[in-house]
Amino acid sequence: MQAIIEIFPDLTKGLTITITVLIGAAFFGYLFAFIAGLCRMSSNMFLRKFTGFYVEIFRGTSLIVQLFWLYYAIPMLFGIELGSNWWAGVIAISLNYGAYMSEIVRGSILAVTKGQSEAATALNMSRYQRMRFVILPQAIRMMLPEFGNYSIQMLKATSLVSLIGMEDILYHGNIIRSTNLSQAPTVYLLVLVFYFILALPLIFLTRKMESFSKKGVASG
Amino acid sequence: MNNWSWDVFADAFPKIIDGLGITLGLTIVCYAFALVFGFFWLFIKMIPLKPLRLLVTWIMEFIRSTPPLVQLFFIYFAWPMVPVVGFALNEFTSAVLGLGIHFSTYIAEVYRSGIEGVGKGQWEAAKALNFSKRRKWTKIILPQAIPPTIPMLGNYLIIMFKEVPLASTIGVVGILHIANSYGAQNWTYLEPLTIVAILFLVLSYPSAIIINRIEKKMNRRFDKKEVLTRSKGATA
Repeated sequence: MQAIIEIFPDLTKGLTITITVLIGAAFFGYLFAFIAGLCRMSSNMFLRKFTGFYVEIFRGTSLIVQLFWLYYAIPMLFGIELGSNWWAGVIAISLNYGAYMSEIVRGSILAVTKGQSEAATALNMSRYQRMRFVILPQAIRMMLPEFGNYSIQMLKATSLVSLIGMEDILYHGNIIRSTNLSQAPTVYLLVLVFYFILALPLIFLTRKMESFSKKGVASG
Repeated sequence: MNNWSWDVFADAFPKIIDGLGITLGLTIVCYAFALVFGFFWLFIKMIPLKPLRLLVTWIMEFIRSTPPLVQLFFIYFAWPMVPVVGFALNEFTSAVLGLGIHFSTYIAEVYRSGIEGVGKGQWEAAKALNFSKRRKWTKIILPQAIPPTIPMLGNYLIIMFKEVPLASTIGVVGILHIANSYGAQNWTYLEPLTIVAILFLVLSYPSAIIINRIEKKMNRRFDKKEVLTRSKGATA
């Protein structure tokens, strides 16, 4: 108990990094997902192939490799610095999960029944109006639970940024462990609990969204 | 491209390939462990004791929603410090336990969705025919529950393969570990890390295509898309 009280405040120092990385990664991840998902359905073949290429590359290799590649290789390759390791982490996580989530965006849009877009066409809506007022509102409902699941995955993925030297929860946990070896079980258990507490709201939100998404989608 | 060097590429390539055996071996062992350990969760959950079921559900949720990297560190660094235990696990075993337990919670969900996908009428029919418990499972339930789970289990093999480089952080000398130490020695991360990325792409992309094919075939054969309802958080 004494140990927990000593360790706890040290771990909270990493909280801001973990949370900001999560928020940044989630924001850009959703953004990439929508851009890539819509591009994959475009009528422009070049755009379609290019985004397909992006999706397969980022789904085919693992996140940790991408993270290291972005952090170590990109500055060497093009001589650009990504600014900070915060950006390297956020961009790696969001590109990776954006690729996965773009498939959800695409799948959900395709899952909106054909009658819906036909009805919209019958009402003389333009392509844009059809998407904006008929398809997307239904598709987004279907995406929500999966987006929730991926947000939990992204939270777990933020622990990787400690490997590129960012001072997140895990990083502080490692520091405490290395100064006091015998406390390793307590330290890592506390780190796990930290992540779980951060995940709890996401878990509940995902459950809410599951029931929400079942309503208001035309089926059949 | 101002820094790319084919000489470095040619130099690093054979060295990194050396680690491929360990990466692949670790993938297979972790995956086998997760497959077996998945049953463990399933069995506990089937015990008709509500508090126990609730407890296990929360433990699984806990394991599922915390980072596998931390779990790896937990097992690798904490195990020797637990008072009663007092012996260390080597890197490979820690990786198998850490990743295997993490993924077994997902695998258990796959099993569950497979069993729940078997229609209620099938259970009732088994009862009506007065089948013994064993016959019910081997002749009716499992033959219908297993095929739809195969593509999902296949997906997890690929996911596992992509998570295995995490083990390089606790010193398992797989391809990522070799690439990183090569980078640190020679001050060039670009080529070795690119080689690792290419290896992952070359190995995982074709398998993903094969699994997609199998999935399509299964869907056609059983025409049971609803069985493949997305298992919770089937991603990684």
